[in-house]
Amino acid sequence: MSDHAALGVFLILTLVFPVAAMAAAWLFRVKSAPTREKLLPYECGVDPKGSGWMRFRVNYFLYALVFLVFDIETIFLYPWAVKFQSLGLFAFVEMIVFIAILALGLWYAWKEGALQWY
Amino acid sequence: MIMNMDSLVFLIISAFTIASALGVVLSRNIIHSALALILTFLGVAMNFFDLGASFLGLVQILVYAGAISVLIIFAIMLVMKPDSAATNPPTPSRDTHFIGGLLAWLVMIGVGMAIGLTRWPAMASEPAEADAVGTLATLLLGNYVVAFEAAAILLLLAAVGAIILAKGDENP
Repeated sequence: MSDHAALGVFLILTLVFPVAAMAAAWLFRVKSAPTREKLLPYECGVDPKGSGWMRFRVNYFLYALVFLVFDIETIFLYPWAVKFQSLGLFAFVEMIVFIAILALGLWYAWKEGALQWY
Repeated sequence: MIMNMDSLVFLIISAFTIASALGVVLSRNIIHSALALILTFLGVAMNFFDLGASFLGLVQILVYAGAISVLIIFAIMLVMKPDSAATNPPTPSRDTHFIGGLLAWLVMIGVGMAIGLTRWPAMASEPAEADAVGTLATLLLGNYVVAFEAAAILLLLAAVGAIILAKGDENP
């Protein structure tokens, strides 16, 4: 019951916070008619050329893939970190081996230019 | 009160999950479908938390809502049609609707029967609820350390294989 109450408070807060932020921005902003520049999608200050709906290079996918591998590494690191004190040296060495194997993947991705930005 | 708090919370979470899953299927824009899929993942994670499987819920958020969804969106961006409104058109044929619905029902009935017919062994004692992650760590880095390092090699192979596949056509 108290768990549910805490979750409910979090849920309400996360729902209210963005709405409140947007409402405050709407309340305090200078209200003027939208111009063409204001309605353009933001692209690091440069006016976008052409449609945003286009095909992207495979490099984005490789980035996401390397990210996924290290995301899963985080999943394995988490229980280890929780029990770090009691697990001792052997578990530490195991985790170093684990990270080293994954670092090999990062090295390969680097070598193959998967992290190259075009 | 007819309904107790637990089932009310479960109903809210399930309604959220099903609504976002419907959004995945019914949206005409495939990017919106992918975003609704993230909400579905979060709903499933909430179900895990509700069941007391907080580590699974964490994995669900970190891996599925965090990484798999990015992967899906990048895969969509890789092969997307330039016309955004027609990226996820409805299936025109009524027959495919029927077959798809039938298959979904068969899977549901199969899973339901598997759950219903399994003879669950009686627990000798209550599981250590508060320290589930700690128990997992002790097992993972103790008894199952070979499987743990094998998982690392599996991840390495998956990454290397995907890089070879993606890079293959650029420099033949």
